[in-house]
Amino acid sequence: MSDLDLSEQAALSNAWQNWYRFSRNPTAVIGAIIVVVAVLLAVFAPYIVPYPADAGAVVDFQHRHLPPSWEHWFGTDNTGRDNFSRAIYGLRVSLALAGVVLVIAVPVGTVLGILAGYFGGWTEIVIMRLTDIALAIPPLVVALAVAAVLEPTLLNSMLALASLWWTWHARLVYSVTRQVRAQEYIEAAETLGASKLHILFREILPNVISPVAVKTSLDAGFVILIGAALSYLGLGVRPPTPDLGTMVANGANFLPDFWWESMLPATVILVLALGFNLLGDGLRDLFDVEDVR
Amino acid sequence: MEFAAFLLRRLAWSLLVLVGLSIVIFTIARVMPGDPARMALGPRASAEQVEALQTELGLNKPFVEQYLGYVSGLVRGDLGQSLLTRRSVSDDMRASFPATLELVLITILFAFAVGVPLGVIAANWKDRWPDNAVRGVAIFSAVMPSFFIALLLQVLAGYVLQILPTTGRLPRGTDFIASPTGMLLVDSLVQGRPDVFLEALRHLLLPALALSLATMGQVARITRASMIDVSRQDYIEAARAFGIPERLRLFKYQLRPAFVPPLTIAGLEFASLIGNAFVVELIFSFDGMAAYGVRAIQQKDLNAIMGVVMVSGVFFVLVNLVIDLAVGLVDPRVRIRGART
Repeated sequence: MSDLDLSEQAALSNAWQNWYRFSRNPTAVIGAIIVVVAVLLAVFAPYIVPYPADAGAVVDFQHRHLPPSWEHWFGTDNTGRDNFSRAIYGLRVSLALAGVVLVIAVPVGTVLGILAGYFGGWTEIVIMRLTDIALAIPPLVVALAVAAVLEPTLLNSMLALASLWWTWHARLVYSVTRQVRAQEYIEAAETLGASKLHILFREILPNVISPVAVKTSLDAGFVILIGAALSYLGLGVRPPTPDLGTMVANGANFLPDFWWESMLPATVILVLALGFNLLGDGLRDLFDVEDVR
Repeated sequence: MEFAAFLLRRLAWSLLVLVGLSIVIFTIARVMPGDPARMALGPRASAEQVEALQTELGLNKPFVEQYLGYVSGLVRGDLGQSLLTRRSVSDDMRASFPATLELVLITILFAFAVGVPLGVIAANWKDRWPDNAVRGVAIFSAVMPSFFIALLLQVLAGYVLQILPTTGRLPRGTDFIASPTGMLLVDSLVQGRPDVFLEALRHLLLPALALSLATMGQVARITRASMIDVSRQDYIEAARAFGIPERLRLFKYQLRPAFVPPLTIAGLEFASLIGNAFVVELIFSFDGMAAYGVRAIQQKDLNAIMGVVMVSGVFFVLVNLVIDLAVGLVDPRVRIRGART
């Protein structure tokens, strides 16, 4: 058996070990199940929901404000649409928002954080001062302002949130990089003449991946909450596209009599955010990165 | 001397952040597509009318000149005028900000009054059921949408139990002018009106409770972690060995140093508090800056929006400045290193 096989074997058993530890952690498993189920529901929404047509602008006055029942698990809304179908479709908007914001913010924040942490000097001053400014702006307020100035569309909300969100990742990666940079093996690589690119992305980046993974999972939940708040304030996707925050806002007009119209979609948001949070907590235990939040 | 240098450095710092913030906000508001004058006058206004308003507002000057004009106004406390009502945005802010400030302060008070004891309990019974319960509450509070808790409280306390008012800051038609501070709890005491004080407090309870949940969970979580950290220190072990009473050890020697992290977190929490205040004020028809901001956004009133964002930013920076200085006073390591990590 060659050396290569051994290291492959080691990697494999390592993955098994990780999987074993993950599967023994009930909160992590519950979180993972919630997230996976939500993604599957969102992707296959048209084939799953009982009333796919209700995702559009349907008016059915005979069936308005029906309470939860076997036919309508979440009841119906004020134009007679099935709330369960709309809530499942609403998952798409929430997940897309979190996905796009993090796909932009995480790589940008990671690269800038590594650069600031490794090079120091002016690079550090410029990048870290930028993050300080961004942290002084409440994200929801900026998203509101951008949505107000531009047209309030999902894309604009995504861009507004992404333009601030990278700072959190930059700060996290920066502090990890600072710790790693002082270690001897980095010095050894420098002495051996390794290129900057090699040091940044082959020597330092692997240390950053687990804390960033934890933070990304936790953040997905928070982005979903902010997105829901935005659409609750009427700055989310345009009707009739189903959206959980908008459903809560509409349903709130009919409180307390038709409570299901606002409370059940709100519960869906809560469970979705909870899923990402539990998953993040579980990953934190797994990777043993205590101070990420 | 050492502290003066720290103070100076920290002040310069905050100023820089504010300049950066003003540039960002101004750029968002001016460079983005869409003409503020056209937005204010609506699609049916003539080209001459739009041009006249542009000249009046200085919108056709070069960008840098506009920005400098805005900043010089800002320094004098002038946020420009609302594009719709033509009222001074600064006056509107003076009228609406104290309400939000009052709400946020009561919220923070709640969050610490409940969160710190919860954290202490969790740390003291680590890995036993009180700890698990507190950690559950902390996770739950972090993922609870602000509008969900606000609506729940409104329905439960307002409609079902009917024990607390669910909208506004005072009963309709209350004969009271909020001055000099604009904060009802303070003004009612200054003017010697205990009835108004009580009513204002009753109206504040639900919104503050709704707003405080997320921060409360954070405070409990951080207090727990920090108490556990401190409990591993040798001097705590020594205190135990010397037979210092449990309560004294817990509250005097352990909680005091453990209190710094929750305090710094409180500063950062203000950002999400102000954000969530938009939702909570809207739901409880609480007439503060956030409610004003929502209206400004719906009407695309750019100067008013910029005013709200700027005031939020300044408030946030000031709060963090004060907290940093407080922490610097308490913890000598901070003022030597310069900034908190």
